[in-house]
Amino acid sequence: MSATAPPRPLLAATDLTKHFTVGKTFWPGSGRTLRAVEDVSLEVFPGETLGLVGESGSGKSTLGRCLTRLYTLTAGRLLFDGRDISAAKERALKPVRLNMQMIFQDPSASLNPRRRVRDIVGDVLHVHKIRPAAAIEDRLAELMGLVGLGGDYLDRYPHEFSGGQRQRIGIARALAVEPKLIVADEPVSALDVSVQAQIVNLFNELQERLHLTYVFIAHDLAVVRQVSTRVAVMYLGSIVETGETDALYSRPAHPYTEALLSAIPQPGRRARGNRILLEGELPSPLDPPRGCKFSTRCRYAQARCRTDRPAPTAIAGGSRTVACHFPLVAGA
Amino acid sequence: MADTSTSSPAVPGGIAAGERASRRARRGQSPWVRAWLILRRDRAAILAAIVLVIIVVASLLAPLYAAHVSRTDPFRSNLSGSITIDGQSVAIMQSSTQGLGLGVVPIGPTWRAQYLLGADAQGRDVAARLLYGGRNSLLIAGASTLICLVLAALVGTCAGFFGGATDMVLSRLLDVLWAFPVYLLAISLSIVLISQGITIGPVEIKSGSLLLPIGIIGIIYVPYIARPVRGRVLALRGSEFVLAARGLGIPRWRILRKDILPNVATTLIVYIPLMMALNIVTESALSFLSIGVQAPDASWGTIMQDGQTLLYTRPVVALAPGLAVVATVLALNVLGDGVRDALDPRTKLR
Repeated sequence: MSATAPPRPLLAATDLTKHFTVGKTFWPGSGRTLRAVEDVSLEVFPGETLGLVGESGSGKSTLGRCLTRLYTLTAGRLLFDGRDISAAKERALKPVRLNMQMIFQDPSASLNPRRRVRDIVGDVLHVHKIRPAAAIEDRLAELMGLVGLGGDYLDRYPHEFSGGQRQRIGIARALAVEPKLIVADEPVSALDVSVQAQIVNLFNELQERLHLTYVFIAHDLAVVRQVSTRVAVMYLGSIVETGETDALYSRPAHPYTEALLSAIPQPGRRARGNRILLEGELPSPLDPPRGCKFSTRCRYAQARCRTDRPAPTAIAGGSRTVACHFPLVAGA
Repeated sequence: MADTSTSSPAVPGGIAAGERASRRARRGQSPWVRAWLILRRDRAAILAAIVLVIIVVASLLAPLYAAHVSRTDPFRSNLSGSITIDGQSVAIMQSSTQGLGLGVVPIGPTWRAQYLLGADAQGRDVAARLLYGGRNSLLIAGASTLICLVLAALVGTCAGFFGGATDMVLSRLLDVLWAFPVYLLAISLSIVLISQGITIGPVEIKSGSLLLPIGIIGIIYVPYIARPVRGRVLALRGSEFVLAARGLGIPRWRILRKDILPNVATTLIVYIPLMMALNIVTESALSFLSIGVQAPDASWGTIMQDGQTLLYTRPVVALAPGLAVVATVLALNVLGDGVRDALDPRTKLR
């Protein structure tokens, strides 16, 4: 769509869709379709950090796992570095896996409790023979150094570390293959606030030092603002708005973004002063609204919103997209 | 190359160093060692383990007991024999008007080396038979537990890991097995197999063989273990650390070996004492019904059956194996609880 942009996107998704079938029984055709991710198109450019925000259940994590092809896609196209990986089999995916890594939310669940850090981080070096056996020890020490842990922690088990340290181990594991792109799925939301800041700083440092590209998934808008160069806002499996971080935070174009931003607590502002309270609940992805997905809770919604689903449209000279019939920022 | 980050303060050392566990060993404490340390502090579990060791050792020493202490053959009836107590000769089968017998009652507990717990209706030394019975009961329980766990691990892991049609077929098979009440299934199998024996290809298992009760008890409880194993494998397969391994392009079989099986092992280990306990009870029940261990072999169940007719005159004959079963099962359950608590990696060292 926006192939006119000069740099080639590292990762490009077009109409990416992921459905799950729930409640399936013996009979074919039984079960209901859960539309976790629907028609998501986004591009990630080399060197940037794309923040992906949305409330719980909006499909952020599913999208992240689709982007890294941990899940098979129901529909849509996914290009990594220009190569179509939408339907690639595991064997064909291997080179892609070495360039694209994932960091998980819960650092205690993402490390096998029965393996030493040495094996957790170093396994992939052996399996794919990324380094000669003699060089693996040095590489492990180097990786531990990169994430700010000492090499003498290598023989410990995950339960002997704090949450922040475990997340550092998870990062070291992802870095072991020298990836270009890292999809971080809420990497700091399970951590204490003080530790969050350290991990966020680590992300920034590593990006500079290793020229990484990030997709940073979070529900904490303040954290996303701190790390992202661009932000995509998700609602009920769809991306409602994308844009440069500063532009999007200062002038949200989608009513949902506006409501989301108004919920950020700010020092000095009176509680609930100009906060937009969303009514109702997040609709079920088993039965999403027919028109605009946000129409059931949008304070600007009109008749058209309930029948036609708006497609993402470029606004603000092409630097932003918004999926809304009545965007809050003037059109292209 | 170990230059740590400049903007983020160096946290690494401080927090972990505070943990008692890491101070103890620089080389990291494996979850297995950790489980052992927790178990070692569990007094009830250790006591239970000691009781079990005593029971097992005593059973193993049965031939020595029979040869040197009771000096009788516990497998041959001794209806006309007599022993010497305080210089007087006492018949083992005494004529009596008590009870329902035909005027003959076996000797009661002598509390001496010979016929410590008295004799059964065949005039055999109950104490010696109790020890021999323990051998069979423990052997059957142990071997059938092993069979059960191996089968359940195989079936459960395949069903959970491969999913799809494999899971479908295996799960339905388990359901079929599950649908039978355990004892009904065991009794049906026993009656068919033990009356005729079984021939599988070149292998012929005679009707009196211990392999039959072992096999039957091993199979009937498979669904009870295979289901939780399957559930555990399913959970592990979707866990973040398995996703991470897949994301690294680690081959499937290696994920199974390194990430899934070691974590399934704990589930299986937790079941060992509990299944042992269950199997001892099942074995006793089958033997009591004469469809387990076959005469003249003894097991706790067969001794109970022997004691059944003597319940009014010589209750010890039935009570002794009953108490042996209760003690063993209780000890196994206490030990099982301790093992379960110790193996949960999230249990804290107290």
